[in-house]
Amino acid sequence: MIYLDYSAGTLADPAVLERFCQTEQRWPGNPNSAHAAGRAARDELARVTQSIAALLGVAPAEVLYTSGASEANNLAVKGVARANGRTAGHILITPLEHPSVSAAAAALQKQGFAVEQLALLPDGTVDLARLRQSLRPHTVLVTVPAVDSELGVIQPVQAIARAVQERPACRLHVDATQAVGKTDVWFAGLGDGVDTISFSPHKFYGLNGSGVLLHRRGLELEPLIHGGAGTTRYRSGTPALALAAAAETALRTALEQQPARTQQVRRLNSWLRQELLARPGVRINSPAGAVPHILNVSVQGIKGTAFQRALDAEGVCVSVRSACASDGAPSQAVLAVSGDARNALAAWRISLSHRTTLEELEQFLAAFDRCRARLAQS
Amino acid sequence: MQHKGALIAMSGGVDSSVAAWLTQQQGCRCYGATMRLYDNESIGQCGYHTCCSQQDIEDAAEVAFRLDILYEVLDYTEEFRREVMEKFVRVYAAGGTPNPCIDCNRTMKFSRLLAAARAKGLDCIVTGHYARIQYDPARGRWLLKKALDAAKDQSYVLYAMTQDQLAHTLLPLGTLHKTEVRVLAQQQGFCNARKHDSQDICFVPDGDYGAFLEQYTGRRLAPRPFIDPDGRVLGQHQGMARYTIGQRKGLGLALGRPAYVCAKDPARNTVTVGPEQALYTRGLVAEDVNWIAFDALPGPLRVTARTRYRQAEQPATVYPELGGRLRLEFDAPQRAIAPGQAVVLYSGDEVLGGGTIVQALP
Repeated sequence: MIYLDYSAGTLADPAVLERFCQTEQRWPGNPNSAHAAGRAARDELARVTQSIAALLGVAPAEVLYTSGASEANNLAVKGVARANGRTAGHILITPLEHPSVSAAAAALQKQGFAVEQLALLPDGTVDLARLRQSLRPHTVLVTVPAVDSELGVIQPVQAIARAVQERPACRLHVDATQAVGKTDVWFAGLGDGVDTISFSPHKFYGLNGSGVLLHRRGLELEPLIHGGAGTTRYRSGTPALALAAAAETALRTALEQQPARTQQVRRLNSWLRQELLARPGVRINSPAGAVPHILNVSVQGIKGTAFQRALDAEGVCVSVRSACASDGAPSQAVLAVSGDARNALAAWRISLSHRTTLEELEQFLAAFDRCRARLAQS
Repeated sequence: MQHKGALIAMSGGVDSSVAAWLTQQQGCRCYGATMRLYDNESIGQCGYHTCCSQQDIEDAAEVAFRLDILYEVLDYTEEFRREVMEKFVRVYAAGGTPNPCIDCNRTMKFSRLLAAARAKGLDCIVTGHYARIQYDPARGRWLLKKALDAAKDQSYVLYAMTQDQLAHTLLPLGTLHKTEVRVLAQQQGFCNARKHDSQDICFVPDGDYGAFLEQYTGRRLAPRPFIDPDGRVLGQHQGMARYTIGQRKGLGLALGRPAYVCAKDPARNTVTVGPEQALYTRGLVAEDVNWIAFDALPGPLRVTARTRYRQAEQPATVYPELGGRLRLEFDAPQRAIAPGQAVVLYSGDEVLGGGTIVQALP
């Protein structure tokens, strides 16, 4: 099997797994319990959280643990919009959002909020001038993916934050799920206009089932999961201490290794781009400034889902749109950037890792050529 | 008639795919849509499995891509649950035999989809049904007729269409044979050219209605007595909804003679079994009647009638009843007329109208 879907999920780092097992065995107590075992677990959770906060330059109270980035995005979007009992308001999202942001916004729309999509420039970044025009007095939330999952466009988060800051009542959520470990552009921290940041470690060699929402201190957030006060009132449930510890290990490695890993992936990306563009009918949808880890491609006249299935039959794992999206609609992201519905329907995504080898890419290209020849005939 | 544009109801099957292609060949502006009617979780299957409706959507999207027409999935899961699935459960609970496909055609396809087409500035919808729609200038009415391919004729499930719906619906397959449709699909390279025809009720893919009802309602079907026509208890049944009028197999009764389900009493939850001749009745009453050939039935009329989808038509006389109901008297007694099913009346190859059976008459 040739795995080229690292933006959907990565293989856990052995050090992460080891940290998980050790923590699970050493601190079996429930951090919410009022006895020695509970206190020990709570103290360890505090140490882990302190350490994650230090890595990210935020305060420990600003770190919330969730079941994944989808929950973190839902909590940010719904929690900010509905804060203080609010039932209406204006929300700006981009066409590049992960479904856990766009569907959360759609759910709010059903309940009375107005949702509007921001315009993009041809390179896929948010049009800052149009953003300023779109911000209204009753705009309560702007969301933006630091790096989007389909094209890998890197957004100018700090410039967006400055524009949003001109509206004191408006909050900014940054979905950094595809950014952590791939670029440092999102790493603006909280404050200076950024109110919430989401990510999940399984995108950078951590474990599934764990996510983080950073939320600026003092930000009102309506919880999704109500329950006992425990360690935080924003997200009830027994804190998953071992997952938090595993997240810390994954995050530390991802941040330390990021420059070297990104450089390695950039070499693979350049080589693969050249090879693909040498083939007729191939179009690269990811703009030049995208993270090298994500390469969105379309092959003229062949539907993306058909190409993905054909590659799958050859033992190659790639994906069409985000792993969380469904149905036969064209990719909103590719449509927004290319303005071509047929091209958007043909689009699919290769996502690379520093672990990807040149041999794997050569085998992928051989499978690609076989699939294209077969699909072009039918 | 020249149409401004057509919304093609694409199920992902071969029929609607070919209907789309034929409409495009007519030079009509086409827009494809698949109605998402349910998801795995609402039919009690684990969400981790690929839903068959999801596969259908993939197929429809693939064909739309090939035809290079715009395509989208319209989500009607809430409406379908409210108006089709809940009625299905309600009719079973009342001892009837529901016909959800007809309800779906009436409340989803021909009303909501036509409204969706109009909202897009299109003026008609296209489906892959095997039946024909014709305008009769003499009567000033739109008529519904059987398909030329008698084996595939689907006019039975379309009897509830209104004049407005008939005027704005195209059925390009009405004059074709299924074999021709498959050949066209293969020539066009459609991925679904060899796909099986859909069977059974889409949201009960395994055909186990009893299990579906138990899952949907969260209540076990109550075992209650089987009785004979005189009220004597013969044994225990496994829940009224598991039995259909006319059923013989799977009753679990050893009476030393063939026994058939001939009635269900929802008030007492009993199932009456009896000899085959007890299944035969001479007539029926139907309500919720829709007439296509005229506004209202003017008086007694000689017709042929179907009380089930795949049934040879039977000669009968229809009489108007109070409240827009109809009464039908067959020339010869009919076997296993089930309340809840549709009765559809024909004159030759023309559908006059139909309704929902409420009662079989002795």
